[in-house]
Amino acid sequence: MIDRSQIGRQTESGLIEVEKGAIRRFAEAIGDHNPIYFDEAAARAAGHERIPAPPTFVTSLRPPDIREGMGVDMRRLLHGEQSFDVKRPLHAGDRVRVVARVADVSEKTGRSGTMDVLVTEQIGTDADTGALMFVGRSTVLIRR
Amino acid sequence: MTRFEDIRPGTELPQLEKDAITRVQLARYAGASADFNPIHIDEPYAQAAGMGGVIAHGMLSMAFLGQLVTDWAGPTSVLRLEARFRSIVRPGDVLTVRGTVTETDAAARTAHVRLSCENQEGTTVTDGGAVVRF
Repeated sequence: MIDRSQIGRQTESGLIEVEKGAIRRFAEAIGDHNPIYFDEAAARAAGHERIPAPPTFVTSLRPPDIREGMGVDMRRLLHGEQSFDVKRPLHAGDRVRVVARVADVSEKTGRSGTMDVLVTEQIGTDADTGALMFVGRSTVLIRR
Repeated sequence: MTRFEDIRPGTELPQLEKDAITRVQLARYAGASADFNPIHIDEPYAQAAGMGGVIAHGMLSMAFLGQLVTDWAGPTSVLRLEARFRSIVRPGDVLTVRGTVTETDAAARTAHVRLSCENQEGTTVTDGGAVVRF
């Protein structure tokens, strides 16, 4: 059982540089062969100044692990929901500061018994200007 | 590329059929997304966890929802993407993604899209939605 006093806790921020190769490997892994993710000329021809990232690439910009020290057993964890709100789309060369925070802790009783419900946010800001770039929100279910 | 003037509630996005999920893909996705939960890549671990073998990352099926939208409207038009993971995906599963416009806002030039991802048996494994700006 996760203590509700965790709500609002935030990690230190991590600085991440978005690399072309990371976008390419992500696009390859998801089987998206759009040339804008692989080739700068193709990206420019499609109206992008730099190579853009697929929308869920945000997930790879990991802040320090918010779950550390919470005693969460990874074998009992299921990803329930995820969302991304994008203020500014990510491109190769972006420098992003990423933090995680605990947005909510609750419990839910269903067919398979009582589960902890942990909602965390992943907040990305422009490392140079501080402007908000994205908020990822993840709901995980932890079977007891 | 899709034009805002050509869409209205009920407009269907061209469906996307993905290649069968492979274990190599799960390993690549683990590396590319930095999600190294062994439940996706380590067969004995996944068996011991009671999952009956490795399962795909929910986020991989969410990436397919994203691809459906970006194939339709481009990658920098997505203002919001959301997914609910409803059913487990395993290596060998063939996923098909569909989307339908539910509402449009002419002043903001945005469209709301409902998304779903089904496996080869017609079970919805992931569903969700997107908000797209044109």
